[in-house]
Amino acid sequence: MARAARVYRRPGRLTLLLGILVGWLVLYAVLKGTDTISLAPSDVTSLHTRLNDLNTSVGDNRNSNPFFLYFINEIQVGATHFITFLQNLLSQPSGTRPVPVVGWLGVVVIMTVIAGRFGNWRVAVLAAAGFLFLGLQGLWQPSMDTLALTIAAVVICVLIGIPLGVLVAQYRGFERVITPVLDLMQTMPTFVYLLPLTLLFLIGPATGVIAMVIYAMPPVIRLTAHGLQAVSTETVEAGRSLGSTRPQQLAKIMLPMARRTIIIGVNQTIMAALSMVTIAALVAAPGLGQTVLQALESQDVGTAFNAGLAIVVLAVVLDRVTTAASERARATDHARTRLRADPRWRRGADLVALIVTAVAVYLSYTYQLFAAFPDHLAIGGTRLGLDLGTHIESWTSSATSWAQRDLGSITGPIKNGVTYHALNPLQNLLDSSPWWLTFIAIVATAFVLGGRWAALIAATCLGLVVGTGLWQDSMDTLAATLIATVVVVVLGVMFGVWMGRNARADWGIRPFLDALQVMPAFVYLVPFVALFGATRFTGIVAAVLYAAPVAIKIVADGIRGVPAETVEAAGSSGCSTWQVITKVQLPMSVRSLALATNQGLIYVLAMVVVAGLVGGGALGFDVVAGFSQSSLFGKGLAAGAAIVLLGIALDRVTQSAARRAGGHVSHRAT
Amino acid sequence: MTAHVDQGDPTAVSKPDVSAENTRPTVSPGRRDPDVADISVRGLWKVFGTARTATRVPTTPELAAMSRSELRDRTGCLAAVCDLDFDVAPGEVFVVMGLSGSGKSTLVRCLTRLIEPTAGTITIQGEDITRMGDRALRELRRNKVSMVFQHFGLLPHRRVIENVAFGLEIRGMSRAERMRRATEVIELVGLDGYQQSYPEQLSGGMQQRVGLARALAGDPGVMLFDEPFSALDPLIRRDMQQEVIRLHREVGKTMVFITHDLSEALKLGDRILIMRDGRTVQVGTGPELVGAPADDYVRDFVREVPRSQVLTLEWIMREAVPADDMSGRELAPDVVVRDAVRAVLESTAPVKVVRDGRLLGVVGDPEILRVVAGS
Amino acid sequence: MSVRTGSARGRLLAAVVAVTGLALAACGGAKVGGGGGGGGGGSTASAVAAGSSGSTTTTKCGTVTLADNPWIGYEADVAVVSYVLRTDLHCNVQIKHLTEQVSWQGFSTGQVDAILENWGHQDLAKQYISNNHVAVDLGSDGLTGVIGWFVPPWMVQKYPDITNWKNLNKYASLFKTSESGGKGQLLDGDPSYVTNDAALVKNLHLNYKVVQGGSETALIQSFRAAQQNKKPLLAYFYSPQWFLNEVHLVKVNLPKYTPGCDAVAAKVACDYPAYHLNKVVAASFAKSGSPAFTLIKNWKWSNQQQNTVSKMLAVDKLSDDAAAKKWISSNKSVVDGWLKGT
Ligand SMILES: Nc1ncnc2c1ncn2[C@@H]1O[C@H](COP(=O)(O)OP(=O)(O)OP(=O)(O)O)[C@@H](O)[C@H]1O
Ligand SMILES: [Mg+2]
Repeated sequence: MARAARVYRRPGRLTLLLGILVGWLVLYAVLKGTDTISLAPSDVTSLHTRLNDLNTSVGDNRNSNPFFLYFINEIQVGATHFITFLQNLLSQPSGTRPVPVVGWLGVVVIMTVIAGRFGNWRVAVLAAAGFLFLGLQGLWQPSMDTLALTIAAVVICVLIGIPLGVLVAQYRGFERVITPVLDLMQTMPTFVYLLPLTLLFLIGPATGVIAMVIYAMPPVIRLTAHGLQAVSTETVEAGRSLGSTRPQQLAKIMLPMARRTIIIGVNQTIMAALSMVTIAALVAAPGLGQTVLQALESQDVGTAFNAGLAIVVLAVVLDRVTTAASERARATDHARTRLRADPRWRRGADLVALIVTAVAVYLSYTYQLFAAFPDHLAIGGTRLGLDLGTHIESWTSSATSWAQRDLGSITGPIKNGVTYHALNPLQNLLDSSPWWLTFIAIVATAFVLGGRWAALIAATCLGLVVGTGLWQDSMDTLAATLIATVVVVVLGVMFGVWMGRNARADWGIRPFLDALQVMPAFVYLVPFVALFGATRFTGIVAAVLYAAPVAIKIVADGIRGVPAETVEAAGSSGCSTWQVITKVQLPMSVRSLALATNQGLIYVLAMVVVAGLVGGGALGFDVVAGFSQSSLFGKGLAAGAAIVLLGIALDRVTQSAARRAGGHVSHRAT
Repeated sequence: MTAHVDQGDPTAVSKPDVSAENTRPTVSPGRRDPDVADISVRGLWKVFGTARTATRVPTTPELAAMSRSELRDRTGCLAAVCDLDFDVAPGEVFVVMGLSGSGKSTLVRCLTRLIEPTAGTITIQGEDITRMGDRALRELRRNKVSMVFQHFGLLPHRRVIENVAFGLEIRGMSRAERMRRATEVIELVGLDGYQQSYPEQLSGGMQQRVGLARALAGDPGVMLFDEPFSALDPLIRRDMQQEVIRLHREVGKTMVFITHDLSEALKLGDRILIMRDGRTVQVGTGPELVGAPADDYVRDFVREVPRSQVLTLEWIMREAVPADDMSGRELAPDVVVRDAVRAVLESTAPVKVVRDGRLLGVVGDPEILRVVAGS
Repeated sequence: MSVRTGSARGRLLAAVVAVTGLALAACGGAKVGGGGGGGGGGSTASAVAAGSSGSTTTTKCGTVTLADNPWIGYEADVAVVSYVLRTDLHCNVQIKHLTEQVSWQGFSTGQVDAILENWGHQDLAKQYISNNHVAVDLGSDGLTGVIGWFVPPWMVQKYPDITNWKNLNKYASLFKTSESGGKGQLLDGDPSYVTNDAALVKNLHLNYKVVQGGSETALIQSFRAAQQNKKPLLAYFYSPQWFLNEVHLVKVNLPKYTPGCDAVAAKVACDYPAYHLNKVVAASFAKSGSPAFTLIKNWKWSNQQQNTVSKMLAVDKLSDDAAAKKWISSNKSVVDGWLKGT
């Protein structure tokens, strides 16, 4: 029998998936509403209550339990001191002074000098212009708060991350242990570590910085390790053959040779830390993130955009400066620039820069004018307004009010169409089927797509989700995530193919994608809340905008990676453009498509969760409510766990599916 | 080179051991008297693979006897170096040759334990380095043995002078002193004027001179070269070979020189060890290898060599018979065939090969022509 | 010397000139903490940290940290109090934008000195005041709070009996939206607000679903649109709130509140109580002897006064300081009362 069966072709994957769907729908029609697991927003399970008790007991024993007394509290206090120190230096009144120690002039000059010294004069000009712009936006103080937080986070990341990177490079075993941890740190929606962190570290800037550190540390570890491993073995052997000790090899050979890669790691760490400032604001970290959050509350698009723009400016300046520094650290450049500048001349230049900086810092310490950024200058009798920010805010606000007024007739139907015809049916199917039916259907889908392992992981994760008591909310979040991901993938393919085939299109579109990626995700929420109200749809739109750039770029790179010769061969054998795309370019970039889907899902999930703040409901809301209602703390914690479980399941299933499709998905770019 | 060794050291005999009964030279053995050798290697093994299986290979006769591929199929281990024995005399240039993958780099790295040997002993200047602790080993590397690498292994972020001084810096020598010493060595290798350049700004040949200078800076007794010139183009390679010959003449170090270029081996080497799949195939002087290849592998190796430039008269002479016209010229046995061609062909009588007034044999037109035509 | 180095030298020269220029411009400019000098080409001290012109070199007040909770009335409190603290008492005021529960947590970490408008929170009071002794109740701030479910006035005209909760199920279909899944929608505000709504819906067996609006502004905009376009809306709202003066929302009567009927959060089936809003400060702040403490202890105002300032902030879009200044200028005597004893 078995032998006979083997003669028939096994049913295709598509057929199997359709079969699963049809079976599911039939059973749903019959069993709808039975065996569902739902939990009202104010209800909690015994697990949640136990977590609440944990929270209370931590609160009560915080100052008596040795683990807290000698470890957690030390970290909290240390981090707080460090941040306060930086804030006093840059942003907050310090001691009896109503202004920080270093005023705007000092900061601008220091940044410019650093950029010039370690980068080049072009980025020095950029740094000066960028920081002055922050002042003109009327956001000097929050920007400096953000800078202080970022510096704190990055310093901690570097101090911990580089030694860890060294260990990873030297010990295989350690590498095997830490790689999955780093993967998890990067794929977990940032939103979910906040609540457990507040349990340990309370609310405040320290927790914000620790959250930033968790998210931002992996790149510096990975790239340090990578840089060290990439040092040619022969060079290291040469060092050994001369009788160097291990520390000598590290300090004199490997670290200097890996310097450029390490700086690139620091660059990525800075970017990652900056991308967290709004999330950190949720736990009361100060700075531009606060401005964005408040704007979100008052639905003030202008303020949100202005603050978002400030974050972008900071990001661009820090990115370009560190990139320039890494380029300069490249050995060839290194040789060239060093030779060109006579050392005596260099020393002279450094001295002058030092004096200029000292004078600027002194002036900004002493004079009001250079301490706090003035909102106008009075020269003689004329008053020169310096409040560019107000203009930016009012332009943006009027643009959105126009959109709200005049696009209302379009946005309403779009929102309702998607909600009634896609989101609601999918959500009903997922959360009103008996839970075991949904469970089986998802695991079966995972099996067809990703094989046995994927199915096992999906089953484990979903089983644990059932355990959190938040099955229904999880399914609602899953529904929104899936719909947004479909849109992201469609956009990714459309724009990606266009950009991959057309260099001009790429040149024109890429900067917008870059800007979309740097802009903090929260800033997207504000205009869409204005346009679509506090609905799930808003969350989906914001998630699509947040995730699409990544997907588009990956697909574009994949399409461009198809060898030109293959495309020419197809063309010469008479393929139409459409055939070239569908029969050659897309199949050959299947790996990129899989990666785009995988990354799209992870980004979308992160954003859908954030959208819980503005009516997205479900798991995201549970987490937010956990911050603000102590009776819901446990539930919020459980919701965070559910998000992570969903994330792991989606990630693993898409990865396995990708591998089966012939590509291997490597983790988020390092 | 040969001349130098002859004067220098009685133990570094590279001449065939010719006796009255046995005019055909025998192959000189790899093993010498370890007490007078600078480097002495006994039963050296390096087996790559899991530590437990790898260590079993040399001690299990059945495994030890297996060929490399058989061993790999059976145990998953790769025997890069198998049971090597050889000695290198002070001041000798000892060349190791073999095809790619034959284990040369592994061997040379085992000598200072840059790669940890699996079994065997290595004695350098009387000390058994296989038993050394980390500190002693470092001292050995700092002071006694240095190495030159195929791809130079220079530090791109340091200037030439800092690269050369690197080994001294590691020893903890003061800055002024190591700069002085580095400047001297840089002059010695002919790089004067490039002290302040970065490696990237130099040509490949100049970079290798930096590598050479770095190895010389610590004034080691032994220098190891792992295919130092194979990354260079032929003209520069020839310059560099001359450079090594010159340096050897000036500083007189013991050298172990890895190459896969036979002409380089013949040019530099007092003796040559030919490896195949980790094992010794033959050890001997250039003429020995060319004149009496141990097997087809070696024969293949030396096929392209211009024999007349390598072989000496003692390798082609025949015993004198009474019918010979003994009025020909007398020549020493170590005269290279090429240099004897005219003398032999011009006279009708065969040339007499004479050492210390003793007649060893004669060389006539047929013998000469066989070599010249054959090559 | 190459052209490049030449231009580098030029840049340095320019930098030196620029800095010297700035230094000259600063001559005679206001010094930090130095009482300020004349205009000499720069801005005057008033351009800096508004309101702190001519701050004294030493202030016995030091730094005060006020929690700022996310509704407009609270912001009005903070605007006025912080303005008085800065201008009259020369305090450095730090304002922390925090949710209610988090503000309480701030007492134990030293992050917060004062909460100006506390809505009930008996559990937190027990934890931080009675048990941990890190906070002190400073008594009423003069405000009375009401929380409840509201509908826009046009609905009351059209469906007069809608203000009785018993009739809500009858009208549930009116309130259906894309988010409410076939039931009527009850729109809630910021997730951090005090609310029993989900429990109420369940325990009163209402055919409604609580949908999260996310913020005060979302509520206000929804009500405004509902009244303008005659769209049905049932939502959580509260007073004091200036918006109640713009649109006269009508409260739906839930089963009457009796003391203790809201003891178990999940079992609540009665209306919200009337809240007598109070001030809470950190114990350390209370002991500090700072004049700021005295001011906050004296501070008190009415719903009407708060609404006036809230409206300046929310509708007239004045900055906090401008609104505070404007209100204070016409309420001098009230402020003088607050300053007594400082
Ligand atoms: N670290 C290692 N682990 C496992 N196998 C190795 C390792 N290093 C070398 N080998 C193997 O040992 C054998 C000998 O390598 P080795 O580098 O010594 O050869 P070689 O004679 O120097 O070759 P080449 O002329 O290409 O440099 C090769 O088969 C190589 O693959
Ligand atoms: Mg090699």
